[in-house]
Amino acid sequence: MAEERRFRSASGAPIALRRRQHSASCRELAVRGPRLQLRSLSAATSAVWLAAYGLFALSENSMVLSAAIFITLIGLIIYLHFVKIDQESLLVIGSLGIQVTSSYASGKESTTFIEMGQVKDVVINEAIHMQKVIYYLCILLQDPEDPQGVSEVVPLFQSSKPRLDCLIEVYKSCQEILEQTNTAPQSS
Amino acid sequence: MVLKVFFPSCCSSADSGILIGRWISEQNSAVVLAVVHFPFIPVQVKQYLGEVQHVTKVSVSVLGSWSNSKQEKEESLSEFLEDLGTIFCHEPWIQISKEGDSKFWSCSTLQKHFKNPQQEEIILVYYDQRKVMLSHLHPPLDSAGQRAEDASKLSAIFDTVARSRVLFMTDRYDEGPIKLTHWQSDGMEASIIVELMKQASVPACMLLTFLLSLLSGICRSRVLKFWPLSFLWSKLSTCEQLGHRLQHLQVISSNKKAQNQNQLMRKANIFVSLLIDVALGILLMSWLYRKNRIGHLADTLIPVADHVAEELQDLLQWLMGAPAGLKMNRALDQVLGRFFLYHIHLWISYIHLLSPFIEMILWYVGLSACLGLTVALCILSDIIALLTFHIYCFYVYGARLYCLKIYGLSSLWRLFRGKKWNVLRQRVDSCSYDLDQLFIGTLLFTILLFLLPTTALYYLVFTLLRLLVVIVQGLIHLLVDLIDSLPLYSLILRLCRSYRLAAGVKFRVLEQQDGKPLRLLMQINPLSYGGVVQTYRLPTYSCYPRDSWASLCKKLFLGELIYPWKHKGEKQN
Repeated sequence: MAEERRFRSASGAPIALRRRQHSASCRELAVRGPRLQLRSLSAATSAVWLAAYGLFALSENSMVLSAAIFITLIGLIIYLHFVKIDQESLLVIGSLGIQVTSSYASGKESTTFIEMGQVKDVVINEAIHMQKVIYYLCILLQDPEDPQGVSEVVPLFQSSKPRLDCLIEVYKSCQEILEQTNTAPQSS
Repeated sequence: MVLKVFFPSCCSSADSGILIGRWISEQNSAVVLAVVHFPFIPVQVKQYLGEVQHVTKVSVSVLGSWSNSKQEKEESLSEFLEDLGTIFCHEPWIQISKEGDSKFWSCSTLQKHFKNPQQEEIILVYYDQRKVMLSHLHPPLDSAGQRAEDASKLSAIFDTVARSRVLFMTDRYDEGPIKLTHWQSDGMEASIIVELMKQASVPACMLLTFLLSLLSGICRSRVLKFWPLSFLWSKLSTCEQLGHRLQHLQVISSNKKAQNQNQLMRKANIFVSLLIDVALGILLMSWLYRKNRIGHLADTLIPVADHVAEELQDLLQWLMGAPAGLKMNRALDQVLGRFFLYHIHLWISYIHLLSPFIEMILWYVGLSACLGLTVALCILSDIIALLTFHIYCFYVYGARLYCLKIYGLSSLWRLFRGKKWNVLRQRVDSCSYDLDQLFIGTLLFTILLFLLPTTALYYLVFTLLRLLVVIVQGLIHLLVDLIDSLPLYSLILRLCRSYRLAAGVKFRVLEQQDGKPLRLLMQINPLSYGGVVQTYRLPTYSCYPRDSWASLCKKLFLGELIYPWKHKGEKQN
């Protein structure tokens, strides 16, 4: 069962939230950011090549042109593989844990799995960033020594930065599953 | 409560039978290790499981039944399987059945002790048995103090599979009462090369240990401990590097087996690092000795030393004149300049004295590059240090002179103001001086003050030169350190068999069907390259900056001698 809704990110870009319910205790929430536009790619490439051609006209050295092509290619590969995040998803499996995945534009996926025993709660926090107040969703990890304490805060959706309305949807979905886990008789 | 069943993907096509594995009651999860096929005698199965439990210390038991029917579901078989539940009483009794080639299996549990049948949710997690068995989980460092049972659920599962190796030793071709299916049921796999190397390694290790004990005996002999020689050995970085490599060889050639994963990886890393080092060293040596490049190098060494000396002479002539438009004190300038010029003259004479022997010395020294690239780099650093020895001497002279001047000035400045440094109380106290003391003190103060720019300029110039040499040597040592400490075996393992070094797991949701249990695939999430380097870095006798920037600047200002690199194991002075 999948549904998709459109929202806006903190900077105004359009993002889409997709919810899928795989079973009663397993849900997947994916936030997809805007894809790489052909316009911006062509603009960047043309700017670099114009600059290179200008330098070539000044210095009469053809190495400048090959260096520009090389730089453009390497820069594009680095951008697609390490910088541009296409989709960030949250897979909540009750009684197993929460898995956070970021997929990059080149297809690379970086995953972190946090076990349910370590998760204290999922909350929405606010932060003051320059002149704005932004909301972000984060997972609070349990401190092993202190049952009331929080050992670490793991922020989610850092690259797509959804606004509060989207975060509330995600928060509600997560809390439904976390409640199920907590109300079931625990023996650990 | 949700029941989790970890099922090995190799058993997906096994024939019907019963499931054996471990039941972890705290997490309500069952880890299936193998499937025992019909026909079997329950008493023999229980006996076998008891033996396995005794050897592996893992509580292996019969968890449930598995039915793989090619045709439609047979009623008699399902009743038979339920009856098995009464023979191997296990709570809860898990029944998994697969029909034909369908991907969606049906899974149910039988609870005898609960009167109301709760329809609890079942999650089926597939895992690759061989990869989980071979993999090593790298927990974050702060969980070191936890008990084994408290440790994360995942490490319990990895632990279970890894410790049950003896269960995977029996395969389909063994003749015995029990027929199992697991990842090795098609026959044990082994590699001839690995076996041969294991056989050959024992005598090789013994030979190496013997040679190394001879070598370290020679090194420790009294002959080499006399004062000039021991001072020399401690100053040359080549000897330190050789000692370090000797230590590595001793670690590899010891015949104690590695206790745990960390020690095994360390031995492997040292071995690969040594191998690559020696290979690169031999490559370098072959390049140097081809076309007599080393002869050319020796021929250019003397002219380069001459050139450096000439440049220094030009620099001193410039300082003796009016450097950068500053007006120096003529007499002091001439004295200092002539002193340093004479020193350079002596140095050039010594170099020319040595010049017939340089080629031969260099030729033999170059042969030691076959001991490794790091040794060659250390020799280069030592040669640079020896060739720029005069710069070091000038720096020391200039610094001492400047230091004396600064201390004299500060003490006379206090006299000028009528104060004195109280050594007992370590503070500045007022003091009444006699008139003649004041007169001489003021006179000396003025002389020192007006001679300060000359000395300061000489000090500045020679300190800059010395810092340049120190930076070049430091870069070479940084490179040596990098080659020494890089865990190459771990990096290659991460590249080729990334499942061996696991940072965690990741789950993938497979196709679902309503009414059937949730199906997940558990895969191993490998450690990042940065994590691998950080975990498995080899320790070195690394040299790192002794002072922070602030104290370095303070020392430079006061004229104290600076030795920017500190070696581990050197006492703080």
